[in-house]
Amino acid sequence: MSEYITLSMILFTIGAVGVLVRRNAIIVFMCVELMLNATNLAFVSFSRQHGNLDGQLAAFFVMVVAAAEVVIGLAIIISIYRTRRTTSVDDASLLKS
Amino acid sequence: MRASLMSAELPPIPAPEIEYSLLAPLMIIAGAAIVGVLVEAFWPRTTRFAAQTVLACAAIVAALADTVWVYTDLDRIESSLTARGQIAAEGAVSVDGPGVFAWGILLVFGLLSMLLFAERRLDGGLSAFTGRAADAPGSAAEADAVKRRLEHSEVFPLALFALVGMMLFATANDLLTMFVALEVLSLPLYILCGLARRRRLLSQEAALKYFLLGAFSSVFFLYGIALAYGYSGSFELSAIDTAVTSRTGSETMLLASIALMAVGLLFKIGAAPFHTWTPDVYQGAPTPVTAFMAAGTKAAAFMALLRVFFVAFGGSSWDWRPTIVAIAVITMFLGAVVSISQTDVKRMLAYSSIAHAGFLLVGFVGVYAGVAGSDRVTSVSSVLFYLAVYGLSSIGAFAVVTLVRDSGGETTHLSKWAGLGKTSPVLAGSFAVFMLSFAGIPLTGGFIGKWGVFSAAYSGGFWWLVVIGVLVSALAAYFYVRVIVLMFFTDPVGEGPTVAVPSVLTTVVIGVAVVGTVGLGIIPGPLLDLAQHAGAFVR
Repeated sequence: MSEYITLSMILFTIGAVGVLVRRNAIIVFMCVELMLNATNLAFVSFSRQHGNLDGQLAAFFVMVVAAAEVVIGLAIIISIYRTRRTTSVDDASLLKS
Repeated sequence: MRASLMSAELPPIPAPEIEYSLLAPLMIIAGAAIVGVLVEAFWPRTTRFAAQTVLACAAIVAALADTVWVYTDLDRIESSLTARGQIAAEGAVSVDGPGVFAWGILLVFGLLSMLLFAERRLDGGLSAFTGRAADAPGSAAEADAVKRRLEHSEVFPLALFALVGMMLFATANDLLTMFVALEVLSLPLYILCGLARRRRLLSQEAALKYFLLGAFSSVFFLYGIALAYGYSGSFELSAIDTAVTSRTGSETMLLASIALMAVGLLFKIGAAPFHTWTPDVYQGAPTPVTAFMAAGTKAAAFMALLRVFFVAFGGSSWDWRPTIVAIAVITMFLGAVVSISQTDVKRMLAYSSIAHAGFLLVGFVGVYAGVAGSDRVTSVSSVLFYLAVYGLSSIGAFAVVTLVRDSGGETTHLSKWAGLGKTSPVLAGSFAVFMLSFAGIPLTGGFIGKWGVFSAAYSGGFWWLVVIGVLVSALAAYFYVRVIVLMFFTDPVGEGPTVAVPSVLTTVVIGVAVVGTVGLGIIPGPLLDLAQHAGAFVR
């Protein structure tokens, strides 16, 4: 069982590093999705370990939330792309103190 | 054959019991948001904005009245001295004193924000939101949208969805509900941030930053939930509490879970070092949305933070208290010091909100639950009172910001505010009241709020933290007083600011905020009693 948890932690870390180092908003967003899926893996593994279905249920909720987040996220990224013709998060830097 | 075998083996699924009368405030707001979406589809465009405004305000007033009714009807819990209320919806929602109190203040903030959303006199008869968000800023399509006087009235249902998310977040009794509530409150706010009519590039950028960082932090929160589930085998806060108290699982997993959930929650309240989004988003978002966010998100997230840490992780408070103390100190200092160097009013208010998150954390780490026969203010009630006062002054301050304008819309550079007190003393006077309340000067609500959180921290044994808190308050007061001096005793530069004449909506918001801020400073008794009466969380 702990192998699955380890894998989920590795995937989560890959996602987190990706968010921090990649500059393209779409890629950053994909890394967040990877982290969400890593969490899902942890949920189902723990569910199996504890022998109840709560964790599997949680995975379904997370999928729905992730889908809703995609809708919002892509809408925001596309609206920025239409103006600036780029999705780099470094170029979006008008707000500085 | 196979199907009948399956049905014979599976246990029956009992229908869940939902306490509709207790949950009615949530359902009114959620229902009104859904009706709002239908109005968007079917109502004629000419009167849609007004219809949405009336629908949103009526729903909030109805929910508020029902919240009062639910609050007066809460049952006392036998096993606890102070807790009142009960667990509803099969353990998903905890309708208890602090939670229903939070509903009340969230609904009041929501109502005031809706009035700011509905203000249309400031920008030539159009709302503060963009006419058609899909158009690129500066394009011909945008000019066409302005010419045709288009307006996004979707902002009202979106705000109602965010409001129901906040209310659920403040009362969620299991971690899965809490996560869903977190997303229901965040997702509409991400969109609302990007909908400003003026300075649309800044607004879109704020939405992008808020979205990416918000999604990132909520994933941390979610992984924390997964580890808490792995540790205890349940999502319910009370079950996690049992596991934490009996120390059954792996210590590492528990600590990792606490840390990850803290990251997600501290991000939402804007505590250092997870505060970096706050100034950018507060500055870029349309000002009515900033007001809604500053007051509502902070209140909801603080209630969730308190609930998670007091109810679920209360048994390991010796593990997390040192870290939270450090974060409280850093947050207070950072917010106070950095706000001194700000030149933009909205950024300044954002850093001030960070400093206030620090003061609230001071009340929180006290973890003072009260003792029988003593009426010393508890951590939960002090935070509740502080949130009410802070939210009220903050909505008022942002309402003032919407009125100080030049040809390009709101003028938020501080130098433009010089001499405001000479041209429009009433407006500058109300802003001064909010500044004094933020600074915690006596006779304003902010003073009583600060007194409450410091008193709770003192009762919890953190006298040295109280000393630091008072010193930082003095430091922060310098800045707030500087703004007042700038408004009243400095000559205006060039033309000086123009103050738009608002409709009755914004006037009411500023009026209520001033009366509330001063009133709670002079007669804090009733609300403080109410907060103290709310008692502890129901487990």
